[in-house]
Amino acid sequence: MTDTHYDRAPGDATTLPDVEQGTSSGVLVYTIGLALAVVLTAMSFWVANTSLLWVGGISLGLTVLAIAQMGVHLVFFLHVTTGPDNTNNVMALAFGVLIVTLVVVGSLLIMADLNEGMMPAELMNLHLQH
Amino acid sequence: MSLLGKLSWSAIPFDQPIIMGTVACVAIVILATLAWITAKGYWPYLWREWITSVDHKRIGVMYLMLALVMLIRGFSDAIMMRTQQAVAAGDAQGYLPPEHFDQIFSAHGTIMIFFVAMPLVIGLMNFVVPLQLGVRDVAFPTMNSISFWLTASGVLLTNASLAIGEFAKTGWVAYPPLSELQFSPGVGVDYYLWALQISGVGTLMTGINFVTTILKMRAPGMSYMRMPVFCWTALASNLLIVAAFPVLTATFAMLLLDRYLGFHFFTVDSGGNAMMYVNLFWVWGHPEVYILVLPAFGIFSEVSATFSGKPLFGYRSMVGATMAICVLAYTVWLHHFFTMGASAGVNAFFGVASMIIAVPTGVKIFNWLFTMYGGRIRFTVPVLWTIGFMVSFVFGGLTGVLLALPPVDWQVHNSLFLVAHFHHVIIPGVLFGCMAGYNYWFPKAFGFKLDERWGAAAFWCWFIGFHLAFMPLYVVGLMGMTRRLQHYDVLSWQPWLLVAEAGAVVIFAGIICQIIQLATSIRHREELRDTTGDPWNGRTLEWATASPPPAWNYALLPQISSIDAYWLKKQRALAHQAQPAQEREYAPIEVPRNSAAGFSTAFFAVMSGFALIWHIWWMAAIGVFGIFLTMLVFAFREQEEIKIPAEDIAAFDRAHQAEVAV
Amino acid sequence: MNVNVAVMDDIRPETQLVFSEAGPAPKRIVVGYGFWIFLLSDIVMFAALFAAYAVLAHATAGGPSGAQLFNQFNVAIETGCLLASSYTCGLMSLAVGSQRRLRTYLAAAITFALGAAFLTLELREFAGMIATGATPQRSAFLSAFFTLVGCHGLHVTVGLIWLAVMMAQVAVKGFRATVERRLLCFSLFWHALDIIWVWLFTVVYLMGVIS
Repeated sequence: MTDTHYDRAPGDATTLPDVEQGTSSGVLVYTIGLALAVVLTAMSFWVANTSLLWVGGISLGLTVLAIAQMGVHLVFFLHVTTGPDNTNNVMALAFGVLIVTLVVVGSLLIMADLNEGMMPAELMNLHLQH
Repeated sequence: MSLLGKLSWSAIPFDQPIIMGTVACVAIVILATLAWITAKGYWPYLWREWITSVDHKRIGVMYLMLALVMLIRGFSDAIMMRTQQAVAAGDAQGYLPPEHFDQIFSAHGTIMIFFVAMPLVIGLMNFVVPLQLGVRDVAFPTMNSISFWLTASGVLLTNASLAIGEFAKTGWVAYPPLSELQFSPGVGVDYYLWALQISGVGTLMTGINFVTTILKMRAPGMSYMRMPVFCWTALASNLLIVAAFPVLTATFAMLLLDRYLGFHFFTVDSGGNAMMYVNLFWVWGHPEVYILVLPAFGIFSEVSATFSGKPLFGYRSMVGATMAICVLAYTVWLHHFFTMGASAGVNAFFGVASMIIAVPTGVKIFNWLFTMYGGRIRFTVPVLWTIGFMVSFVFGGLTGVLLALPPVDWQVHNSLFLVAHFHHVIIPGVLFGCMAGYNYWFPKAFGFKLDERWGAAAFWCWFIGFHLAFMPLYVVGLMGMTRRLQHYDVLSWQPWLLVAEAGAVVIFAGIICQIIQLATSIRHREELRDTTGDPWNGRTLEWATASPPPAWNYALLPQISSIDAYWLKKQRALAHQAQPAQEREYAPIEVPRNSAAGFSTAFFAVMSGFALIWHIWWMAAIGVFGIFLTMLVFAFREQEEIKIPAEDIAAFDRAHQAEVAV
Repeated sequence: MNVNVAVMDDIRPETQLVFSEAGPAPKRIVVGYGFWIFLLSDIVMFAALFAAYAVLAHATAGGPSGAQLFNQFNVAIETGCLLASSYTCGLMSLAVGSQRRLRTYLAAAITFALGAAFLTLELREFAGMIATGATPQRSAFLSAFFTLVGCHGLHVTVGLIWLAVMMAQVAVKGFRATVERRLLCFSLFWHALDIIWVWLFTVVYLMGVIS
């Protein structure tokens, strides 16, 4: 019985990993990924240092570039695709992204809100908390 | 720096008679047990069959044993608190000084959540899920063993704090700044943090194990919508474990860094933000309660379907409700700190979300009711626990919906009203569910049923005792009594607290009944023997196996074509009475080899944890290195599996088929 | 593989084409998926540390801020090292897949060297900061910085130890199935660490120097 009825392990490029993969095509995938990642990284450093962009745009631009770099890693290095044999892996990833978003964004919003309600620093009697 | 860090003889509380008395009793019981095992020569058997076992059934039983023992410890804390509060009114000071009382309520919460409820739920999932899925074991059996032993490590460390040092006095949530070094300079908070970090690693491993098992290892033909509902709830619960426990690990790590290395995450100076601990703690804390209650809901689904003789009503809506709760559990956590300064908009959002999350639970309640409606109900002990749950949990949940309203919560936050609410959902929800599961699956695990009469007595004592103990707390909470009070001056509270004390005594009677139930059942096990493996006329696959099942669970993996696969098989077997059993081809089965990795990891984890608590750095280093060595030894072992010959499998299977045919 | 006998009497002759009905998955998929779930849990842990960092990023308590401390050139080199090591790790996976020992050792050695270079640079950065008084005990911002970046560095360290052990396993056991599965897990781990680093250098270092 072949393995083709099962889905793919995350990180595997094909469903039959023990068959010798065409090494040249394998190397090509990783090389393209590396090249893309290098370009995106260089762009991130440029965005952070340039004075050509509005400050708010810098944060947004960096975030977009980070997401793009993550995408490059997922597709070219981890071989996570949207094929039917990869559904479980993508669902798990989506769940992880959801949780991370809830935790980070939720915490930031809540903490900002709480800090807003705090007494102004000048009026707090900090001598009581040595 | 002394060779033993902060540890010295003064760590043992010789001057506190209650503690020393307890320690003496516990020590005698432990030593007597060890002596008995030695005298009977049981060590090789215990080591081979239980301690190094990687079989999910054995591990499940060990989790349950651990939980039930810790239930007694946690309950002792509870009855001590009730007694103190029953007497310490006005001029009377009670018998527990504040420093001791503070440790008791902290230990009570910590033990009940982490070392009673979690092991109960995880133990039942361990035993049942692979059997219900029609497979031989979980995805990672050795990691399963490590999970159990790391939980046991946490238990050992927490209980060690009774005899050596002290426990945290901060409550089970350990908020800074109180839990920071400045205000808790002793070892108590360190015991709390390390015990929970270590057992937390074990729990996370369980989460990974079961998510993988349920998603990747099911019998052929068992698609997602043919899984028993208990497996769906186990999936949701373990997804929550994977999503929530890392946050707790990070939060405790930050507090540990503050305490050990002088960092400033939550300190009052240098920019620390204590509120962030509260926020991150409850990001974990709220999913945690759903981790506990979802499998209990699954148990109620199984029990109500089996003992009504009908399929579960609304399977799809049950699955939908379960997964909805799983996701919504992550959107309500701020309701644990409505009063801590968030703006009205933020409070309102989380208030509404907390009310919405009651809806899927309501769907489940209706589904259970409709399952039982029109069925031929057998009032066995699991059904008693289930009905007790339905009657009580609805009200407990309603008080939760009340508390979800920020204006109401502002009146009763941290009062006994809140304490009553969460016990009103956890005890009928989680505890009753696990008691139902314990009675329901006991025959599968041990081959004989539990005594029904003592089981019913235990249920009624628990049910009546629980209401006596906690309904008065709603009243005093509304009268203004805050939680965690060692003493109070408002004498009008005392009558209510006396009733609560009576309730605790009735619960104690219930626990005694359960101990007697177990002892009686063991003594009369031949009369209570389950020979067919299906004592309840069950619907799901675990009842197709022998009681107890063999190590390999299924000689041949079942082929599934519907929900309630075993029920379908029985119906067809009845229809085809005359047809003889097909000649089956048995093949040898490979089962994972036992491993001491779990025990060894836990041993070194306890060593590291204890050493870190007492600042014995060299011992901590040895402990960490020991864990690394254990992993190396495991990684390089040659033989990973044992082959069970086909003849043994055939013999067992044919014997079981003969029993079933009778 | 054991012969399946039906719980019901009739076995359907056609093979299961739906993944969810195919029965227990082969071990490589089970192990890979389990490790994938572990990685997601690890990323949630980093998320909590990230959240803490983001909240405390401006709590400098009168001490030095990120803009004053961070050296972008250093960060760029570190990033390059880790990215390159991810690439060589990919090459190692290909070598393992085609069971070529020498290439596996070579790719692993380069991956190890690049990872070690990353760690060396990071430790030097930490040492430099501490020498100027920017210790984690100085302020909440510095506590969060050292913890978040340090946690990643700790993961890299564990990864390097793991890589060394795996090469020992290849030497002793060859390319048997267990070793291949563990190497799959290692490469998942190593790539995930690079993904986390992407977020680290973006949020901590690059956004930290924007004034």
